[in-house]
Amino acid sequence: MTTATTDLNFFQVKRGLFSWIFSIDHKRIGLLYLYSLMTFFLVGVTLGVLMRLELLNPGKDIMEAQTYNQVFTLHGVIMIFLFIIPSIPAVFGNFFLPIMLGTDDVSFPRLNLLSWWIYIIGSIMALSTLVFGDGPADTGWTFYVPFSVNTTTNVTMSVLAAFVLGFSSILTGLNFIVTIHRLRAPGMSFMKMPLFAWSLYATSWIQLLATPIIGITLMMIVAERFFGVGLFDPSIGGDPILYQHLFWIYSHPAVYIMALPAFGIISELLPTFSQRTIFGYTAIAFSSLAIAFVGYFVWGHHMFTSGMSGTGRIVFSIMTFLVAIPTAIKVFNWVATLYKGSINVQPPLLYALAFIFLFSIGGLSGLVLGALATDIHLHDTYFVVGHFHYVMFGGTGFAFFGALHYWFPKIWGKMYNITVANIAFVIFFIGFNVLYFPMLVVGLMGMPRRYYDYLPEFHIPNMISTFGSWILVTGLLLMLGNLVAGLFNGKKTGRNPWNSISLEWQTPSPPPLANFDKLPELPEGGPYNYKND
Amino acid sequence: MNTGASTFSQGVDLSLYIITGISLFFLIGITVVMIYFVIRYNKKRNPKATNIEGNFTLEVVWTVIPTLLVILMFYYGWMGYKPMRQVPDNAMEITVYGQMWKFSFEYPDGRITDTLVVPINQPVKLNLVARDVLHSFYVPAFRVKEDMVPGKDNFLWFEANREGRYDVLCAEYCGMLHSFMLSSITVVNQNAYDEWLTAAPIVTDEHPGLAILKQNACLTCHSQDGSKIIGPSFKGVYGRTQLVETNGETREILVDDEYITRSIYEPNADIVQGYMRGLMISYENIISEEQVADIIDYMKTLK
Ligand SMILES: [Cu+2]
Ligand SMILES: [Cu+2]
Repeated sequence: MTTATTDLNFFQVKRGLFSWIFSIDHKRIGLLYLYSLMTFFLVGVTLGVLMRLELLNPGKDIMEAQTYNQVFTLHGVIMIFLFIIPSIPAVFGNFFLPIMLGTDDVSFPRLNLLSWWIYIIGSIMALSTLVFGDGPADTGWTFYVPFSVNTTTNVTMSVLAAFVLGFSSILTGLNFIVTIHRLRAPGMSFMKMPLFAWSLYATSWIQLLATPIIGITLMMIVAERFFGVGLFDPSIGGDPILYQHLFWIYSHPAVYIMALPAFGIISELLPTFSQRTIFGYTAIAFSSLAIAFVGYFVWGHHMFTSGMSGTGRIVFSIMTFLVAIPTAIKVFNWVATLYKGSINVQPPLLYALAFIFLFSIGGLSGLVLGALATDIHLHDTYFVVGHFHYVMFGGTGFAFFGALHYWFPKIWGKMYNITVANIAFVIFFIGFNVLYFPMLVVGLMGMPRRYYDYLPEFHIPNMISTFGSWILVTGLLLMLGNLVAGLFNGKKTGRNPWNSISLEWQTPSPPPLANFDKLPELPEGGPYNYKND
Repeated sequence: MNTGASTFSQGVDLSLYIITGISLFFLIGITVVMIYFVIRYNKKRNPKATNIEGNFTLEVVWTVIPTLLVILMFYYGWMGYKPMRQVPDNAMEITVYGQMWKFSFEYPDGRITDTLVVPINQPVKLNLVARDVLHSFYVPAFRVKEDMVPGKDNFLWFEANREGRYDVLCAEYCGMLHSFMLSSITVVNQNAYDEWLTAAPIVTDEHPGLAILKQNACLTCHSQDGSKIIGPSFKGVYGRTQLVETNGETREILVDDEYITRSIYEPNADIVQGYMRGLMISYENIISEEQVADIIDYMKTLK
């Protein structure tokens, strides 16, 4: 028996639904996350498309104001808590972190399974508001008080869902920190660790330390709604600004929970497709930690117009600008990694290059919002909406899809159609810019966010943006269709189709249950040290 | 972007141009270099890559330059913002009330208006009061915005330097009709302003109940002529029997003093058939019992 199983890959060792949903194999858990995340992502996309359709013309197009408010809230809740926060760590971190460290699983496999179950329960709770209670919350994903305390929509369930999802995030973070400390292959020091592992390490600390704050804050809303404890609602002695502080103390660092893993992905893609070592390994590794650290002290930039003291505004503005420095360092090092490479232009690289471009627009528009004078004008306008979609979707989203195209042959042992993937990428990229760039413009013109209806002068950019959403969806469906087709009819690939020296490419595709069929060899002189002389 | 119309516009726009200029420089630079490398070092042209671990001088350069630039950008942002919190002593004070989903303005002489009229080149300080939930007072043309926070004092000030009519928008999400919470500021010369002051009478012969309804933006959702907006119309409502839903059960009630008081203080307790729950907040701490009596008195006149 034991000899027979060694040839089987992790898909083949066991079959049936229960062998998946109760699996403690990190690879299967990663895929469970992938399938559930993609489902919720498509729900979120659908809601987004409906919103854009409503905004095609001023006045009512397809839905009432109240429905629109619930749709944008659910879109935000799904995209933030169900998709983008777990995305890269839960899917690719789970699947590849242990393999890239040269080990057979994470430190606590059962906890890992539990975190997926918690994620599923939390997600069902969030979506249950569609069916139960007085409809999904209409507060925006920020749940700002006192509105969230007063409205009769099902805020309680949405807030409880976010609370439950927080535990999933905390457990994944904890698991990764311990895994990185304890389970690295012999000979792999911290400074010889892949940069993806570094970025997950920085992310995990934020997940572990910041998430409890949002948990408690959201519980305070529930306490207020049910027992009338005067915490946030001024009519019973509370303070609405206190809520904003607590909320952003988590939710700004959460931006880095979403962004840092994407940086890790880019740091993997560029060396592989340039066939050379990464430029500035140390700078990239430590800038992740610097971003994670400074990111804790900038939350006030979400509150520049809340009546905060002048000193407060100045301090938070300076701190915000400081985060730009390590981020810029990363971008420069990535671009320099292309220098004198031997560049193989493949779909994953296209996503990486698009990431650098779109994330730069996102980051640079963030400078406009970090500066006091301009933020006063642009705060809570569509400029902010455009900015964070460039960062979150253009950044993390593109890195996620780049990673999916990159590791696809490793996970399933098959290759999708490269030409179709390239075409889908181009449509997706164009659609993205047509969708989100007009938001920056209409924000500068002064259109506030969360607007069901708008003044006639904002019509044209809104119309263009809605057209963009159709292009983007076309590209997205083509991309996903091509991947699904690859799952069924893709050509079989060997261990290492991209010719990478990272450890995951030394094992068969798909990998065996124990990850490696023979002891992996660490590349001499560092994880990206391609033999080029 | 629209042309500025206040003394802040210049500082805000200047910092916007500086930051956008620096940003465009980096964005174009990064993109061009990236595309050049991809073409120049394509594997067909360059089959053998060279390993370059890094370059200390470069790392220092691209740490120091962004640091200097962000300090510069911060500085311009700060300078453009600084005057916004320093209210001149000669500023005229007006109180702005924000509530779902209406702004109203109270002038020093006690007059209350829906839109603001101010003289040109005159500093105006707005004291921002929120009556229910968060709102935000935003005048894009003046480049100013401050949140209206219930239970907290906030303010903004401006000095308009161009005549015209400018939009006021609510920028903080405040519930169903957030995007309809609009007003305007008309900037006129001093003579026209003085004329407006004397022409528009302070006291009206309006029914006090109607004044309260207007002040609390009730009429945004409840019509006086029998038409259906978001809530039931006030026309002929008093003394009528009405089917309502209470805790999921339908029952018939008489619209009397008690019912109206309850509808204002606990709006979601009984829902008139054909209308949605949860769209109105409680006005328990906003409208006093005497005011409710005035409202009822007024409703009786709406036959
Ligand atoms: Cu932030
Ligand atoms: Cu509003």
